[in-house]
Amino acid sequence: MLDSEFFRRWMSATAVSVDREAASLTALDSPIGDADHGSNMQRGFLAVVTTLDKEPPAAPGAVLVLAGRQLISTVGGASGPLYGTLLRRTGKALGDADEVSEADLAAALRTGVDAVATLGGAAPGDKTMLDALLPAVDALGDGGSFAAARAAADAGAEATTPMLARKGRASYLGERSIGHQDPGATSSALLIAALADAAGSGASGE
Amino acid sequence: MGGNDAGARAADARPGERVVGIVLVSHSAAVAASVAELALGLAAGGAPAPIAAAGGTEGGGLGTSSELISVAAARVDRGAGVAVLTDLGSAVLTVKALLAEGDELPEATRLVDAPFVEGAIAALVTASTGADLDAVATAATEAYDYRKV
Repeated sequence: MLDSEFFRRWMSATAVSVDREAASLTALDSPIGDADHGSNMQRGFLAVVTTLDKEPPAAPGAVLVLAGRQLISTVGGASGPLYGTLLRRTGKALGDADEVSEADLAAALRTGVDAVATLGGAAPGDKTMLDALLPAVDALGDGGSFAAARAAADAGAEATTPMLARKGRASYLGERSIGHQDPGATSSALLIAALADAAGSGASGE
Repeated sequence: MGGNDAGARAADARPGERVVGIVLVSHSAAVAASVAELALGLAAGGAPAPIAAAGGTEGGGLGTSSELISVAAARVDRGAGVAVLTDLGSAVLTVKALLAEGDELPEATRLVDAPFVEGAIAALVTASTGADLDAVATAATEAYDYRKV
């Protein structure tokens, strides 16, 4: 079973890796975006960790709802409402139980990912964060492991490189968006990797 | 600054009167404030409905601030609803996310699908006549149909 401490570890691990990868996320965002994804995510997750440290919620769902709210109010770019919605909806789907099972988390995460798809109006193959998140929730479903979800998210992020962007600023570039890995899919893979790290089931760091 | 000016106009406009308020959300503080100023100029003739600009981040950079949006919406709320017009990307997504939160914006706040400049003018002119939120939203959306060529 997973308690609120696990979910705080997940958010902390995400903050650490987003901080470490901020420059490379921004580098990915330079050719096809507005070159602020790394710094935006860094600012958002710093606010998440600061808030969770100050007033740690007792329930797993509440950890994610609070984290999502911080992202919406601090990120400043489209990744704020998108990641904020992902975490808030996942947290709401978990309800107010003190502990949740891995199956509960898998189901809740799928609810959160579906909410992101609805908010952004994107479909698989549009070169967005969904291309990392959907394979991850598929891998996590049916009793899959966090390590499998991590591998699926990484593969999904890499698979965005040859795609043509159909959403966001990159979509204005048309054919020129091809050949660059999507920054949002890349940061989504970091979020799933941090989940595996929090569970101790993935190779950490690197 | 233009942003403060638009905010002041919002605070003063038609106190106590049930009229639809307008919020303009842009990635740029200057764009939001200028469009508010343009709409106010073109709506001249009677008392304009309250309109407020929520542009850029709180730090003055390019982007969207959910705090500025919430503050602007509260400022123009006269109990008849608030029409929110946005430019693109994070402005659209942030307003949608705030609406989904349920308690971040005044009751009867609506994200209106409209061109930013033309929609703002249509919305303010319509709201200033005392029209309801449906009529304001329809007028703003119909601005998409004004072909230029």
